[in-house]
Amino acid sequence: MKKISKHTFRSNTLPAMTTVGPVSLWLLFFVAIPLLYVLVMSFCSLDESYNVVFKFTAENYARLMDPNYIQIYTTSILVAFFTTVLCIIIGYPFSFLIARTKWKHKALLYMMVIIPFWTNSLIRIYGWRTFLGTGGWLNHMLLMLHITSEPVEFLFNKGTTVLGMVYCLFPFMVLPLYTAIEKLDSTLLEASSDLGAKGSVTFRKIILPLTMSGVFSGSIMVFIPCLGYFFVSDILGGGNSDVIGNLIERQFQSGNNWPLGAALSIILILITLLLVKIYQKLGGDMDSLGV
Amino acid sequence: MNVEEDKKVIVEIKGVNKIYGSNHVVKDLDLTVYEGEFLTLLGSSGCGKTTTLRMVAGFEEPSSGIIRVEGEDIQNKEPFERDVNTVFQSYALFPHMTIYDNVAYGLKMKKVKKAKIKEKVMNMLELVQLGGFERRYPSQLSGGQKQRVAIARALINQPKVLLLDEPLGALDLKLRKQMQLELKRLQRKLNITFIYVTHDQEEALTMSDRICIMNEGVLQQVGTPVDIYESPQTKFVATFIGETNLFEGSVLEKQGDKMRIVVEPGDFKVRGGGFNHGDMVAVSVRPERMLYSESPVEGFGLMGIVKEQVYVGSVLKTIVVLSNGNEIKIERLAGQELPTGGQVYLYWNDGDAKLIHTFDNVFAQAVENIVMK
Repeated sequence: MKKISKHTFRSNTLPAMTTVGPVSLWLLFFVAIPLLYVLVMSFCSLDESYNVVFKFTAENYARLMDPNYIQIYTTSILVAFFTTVLCIIIGYPFSFLIARTKWKHKALLYMMVIIPFWTNSLIRIYGWRTFLGTGGWLNHMLLMLHITSEPVEFLFNKGTTVLGMVYCLFPFMVLPLYTAIEKLDSTLLEASSDLGAKGSVTFRKIILPLTMSGVFSGSIMVFIPCLGYFFVSDILGGGNSDVIGNLIERQFQSGNNWPLGAALSIILILITLLLVKIYQKLGGDMDSLGV
Repeated sequence: MNVEEDKKVIVEIKGVNKIYGSNHVVKDLDLTVYEGEFLTLLGSSGCGKTTTLRMVAGFEEPSSGIIRVEGEDIQNKEPFERDVNTVFQSYALFPHMTIYDNVAYGLKMKKVKKAKIKEKVMNMLELVQLGGFERRYPSQLSGGQKQRVAIARALINQPKVLLLDEPLGALDLKLRKQMQLELKRLQRKLNITFIYVTHDQEEALTMSDRICIMNEGVLQQVGTPVDIYESPQTKFVATFIGETNLFEGSVLEKQGDKMRIVVEPGDFKVRGGGFNHGDMVAVSVRPERMLYSESPVEGFGLMGIVKEQVYVGSVLKTIVVLSNGNEIKIERLAGQELPTGGQVYLYWNDGDAKLIHTFDNVFAQAVENIVMK
């Protein structure tokens, strides 16, 4: 008996080690340990010459309540909110179109959303700056057509930041929406129409409720990165629409205050977890987030 | 076909064609459906029966022709404006709604008062034996229960015509048999016209008042189950419904209504009108009507060898091979068995052979082939 159990134990461990093992190691070294490092860092203090010393303090967290910071949190959430709403408004009809079209080159439409993703988003955001800047194409065109007499400053406000965010994060809205709409059984729409519902009623009563999961997961996948995409507000917002990401980046770079940056990062992680939790509570499916 | 003449016409399909690209799915369909009848569109997959149903429902538009419901052309009516409802093969229940809300959907669309909706839905659920299920969701029901909900949902608006697209296709055999009888009971009770699509001939024979057989988009025959079985008008119908023995040949001699028909393995005399000397003819004799004798029978020149005899309970099935290799199926009440390998003479009683013109079919086929090329 003992021999057999020993044998089965061994043959169970080996497959487990070879399959889950590497992933666990990966998660341990590249997720768990760095996170722990950030957490420890957030409770450290600085000495006179701005060196991190391992002396426990909760002061970093106390500083997070600074009114200036609260202002930035509010801006972040506003930017993220408008970005998400815009992404839904543009993304829903768009996804509906590519998911439901009978055109045989449907995949092409889908690829058109994906392909820009193969280029670095930083470069693409710089592209917008070049396009919208005072010496950019758009102003050039407006001047040529005599619509304006002087270059217009389009950049450096919350609007352009939202524009850049929408541009960067749009595919994250389209992909879950596309999946949800594609999955929708078209006989349900026929059944609804058969029972006397007009197109608009069918949309409200059948299509929208059944694709809401896509809207939820799309929103989560747009809203959360929005809080952290500091380069977009840096390049297009010009410091007028900082998001939490900017704040964190500044602490680690120019501010040279790593413990405070770490505390901010922890807060960002907590906000993210909270949103995911709400998403789950609303009946969201974790698989459709791709996590 | 005689009784229906004085019945009220509810659906009229006139010269309807449906063409998808180069695919001619429904060809010049003329069909009249009478009020309160159970009409089945029967045929194998791809024969155009579902497309016909979908054109009545409004999900497909005819390429040409007219469909009238109660005398009114419904060409320009959207599905939601038509007084017909559909039971889908896949049930198509709304997964995010309770059974109550599913069934109430049609009434809500009609803006019926809430109290009235409740009363009607409860009655309807009772009628399909699903009382007490109203708060469940479709995913919590079995296939048979889902089917009942689909039927209740389609019936609640009291449509003029209920369209059923292979509604029992996904159920197991036992449940299907039970549901067949239940559907028939419902149809009688509510007196609603049913147009039922199926590929199952037994189902069609069990349930229908009339059967409409289609093949490759062409209507083959419309008639009562007895008409269809006893008097097939085309070779397709004869072989599609039940088993039959088909002899193909031509009229050799004709005297009054008596004819001598020559077929590949022999000849025989039959009665029948409407044929001329030299006409191509197919003669269909059902296995249970086919007889055999060990000595020659006057008027029949068909001889074969007993290949096999199978005893299946009350019936004895015999297979006789003719000189050209064709196998003839014979069924009779179990009795004395014949020795395998013995020689027998085939015959049948006057009136048991059904004569079918084949020349027209062959000719039409030939013309069509030429035109298509």
